[in-house]
Amino acid sequence: MKGKKKSFETAVHGVFLLLGLITVCCVLLITVYLIISGIPAIREIGLIKFLFGKTWASTAAEPSYGILSFILTSVYGTAGAIVIGVPIGFMTAVYLAKVASPRVKTVMESAVSLLAGIPSVVYGLVGMLILVPAIRKLFHVPDGASLFAAIIVLSIMILPSIIKVSVTALEAVPKEYEDASLALGATPVETYFKVSVPAAKSGIAAAVVLGVGRAIGEAMAVMMVSGNAANMPSLFQSVRFLTTAVASEMSYSGGLQRQALFSIALVLFLFIMLINATLNFFLKRTKER
Amino acid sequence: MMSSIITIDNLCLWYGNQQALKNVSLDIAKKSITALIGPSGCGKSTFLKTLNRMNDLIPGVKITGSVQYEKTDIFDSATDVSELRRQIGMVFQKPNPFPMSIYDNVAYGPRTHGVKGKAKLDDIVERSLRDAAIWNEVKDRLKKNALGLSGGQQQRLCIARALAVEPAVLLMDEPTSALDPISTSKIEELALQLKEQYTIVIVTHNMQQAARISDNTAFFLLGELVEYGVTEMLFSQPRDKRTEDYITGRFG
Repeated sequence: MKGKKKSFETAVHGVFLLLGLITVCCVLLITVYLIISGIPAIREIGLIKFLFGKTWASTAAEPSYGILSFILTSVYGTAGAIVIGVPIGFMTAVYLAKVASPRVKTVMESAVSLLAGIPSVVYGLVGMLILVPAIRKLFHVPDGASLFAAIIVLSIMILPSIIKVSVTALEAVPKEYEDASLALGATPVETYFKVSVPAAKSGIAAAVVLGVGRAIGEAMAVMMVSGNAANMPSLFQSVRFLTTAVASEMSYSGGLQRQALFSIALVLFLFIMLINATLNFFLKRTKER
Repeated sequence: MMSSIITIDNLCLWYGNQQALKNVSLDIAKKSITALIGPSGCGKSTFLKTLNRMNDLIPGVKITGSVQYEKTDIFDSATDVSELRRQIGMVFQKPNPFPMSIYDNVAYGPRTHGVKGKAKLDDIVERSLRDAAIWNEVKDRLKKNALGLSGGQQQRLCIARALAVEPAVLLMDEPTSALDPISTSKIEELALQLKEQYTIVIVTHNMQQAARISDNTAFFLLGELVEYGVTEMLFSQPRDKRTEDYITGRFG
């Protein structure tokens, strides 16, 4: 009887291990596949020419595969989303974690969760129908589909991650710190910004990095509002991101063009890896606290 | 008795429907140590936190009666709570230094109240740390994180932090209950020194501690002030049977 029980336990352990390995295998498979399929084009085009070439003309008679415009667009787009999204998300988080009454908090937090659950194609659709025409009228530009429109959409899309992670970090600040500050005669607002926020800064940094990751990896919504032309980035011009460059040409590509798209994906992947490493660094610091 | 700095009259306090303090009236003498003793849940900590209005932070608290600090009603709507808390400082049960450097911990209060300039802050930090009898232990590592200090050092740092805003009264909520005997005796010595300049009100579970350091002792039971008087008298000739039972260890 005992032996039977034990072998059952071992079997269950084995099943769990196997299921856990599925994730690991997927990550390994994707990494290896991306590297293998991304390298040939880079080798053929030349790393410098690929990364720093300013023209992307994959279907021209004399094709040119420079992705600097995509890289810069992704970087600018993400930076813009962070500049707009982080202050809003951060302040919202402070409000929710420290100031809001329980009722307001419940309502607002479910709104934030809902925002996180909206599919990116819907963001793109709303952006296309409302934001793009509005930008055209407001700024008197020929086409509203632009880097600016993408930045606005991205900054809204990253709000939920920033708010949720920051709220969690702020709520984890021991009440004793805040009591000590109040007992010294600091006002509640002074206490939030001088004690609670500094004590939660690793978590808040993690929230920002998570937002960066979300913004840089987004494809569908930005494709719908950014015009998707391979220009060097400019605020009110049609632009193409790393993600959208891959998505928009994959269906009809072949030969070196297709290989180059894999190389773009590899570059994107490396960006994400870098962001993940940063995120882990901050999360680890939070845990050590 | 010496002149009083805080006068409490008919103070009642409810948490929701539960009454935690029942008609408490007492005078706290200036530059003395007043000990509040009593079993857990008797209202002594609640009473202490009423004096600097830290109970305001708990939802559902209702207070009647009056507390006069230097002749002004602390519950008056014109009272500046921040200024009140600056003048009536507090040291908590669990040492709670901020997760910042030792220097920044002490400088936090003065900075909050608008003190600027490195020289001035340096001065305040050193004086406060000296007054809290911890200067010699930390003077070489002022920029190090305060969380690296021992529990007893942390508590003295918290006292220094409270002193840095130049309060008149120091409320101590079981400041030694989380500390070892050596750290405890340091805090007790410190309290005795501090009463030269400050008025101290200390909640303690430890009756020997109350007997050792306090001038006056108040005994609380179930939200009521049972007996209040000069410490030696209260411990040697308690007037109330309940006080006698408590201090002789028959309950609590």
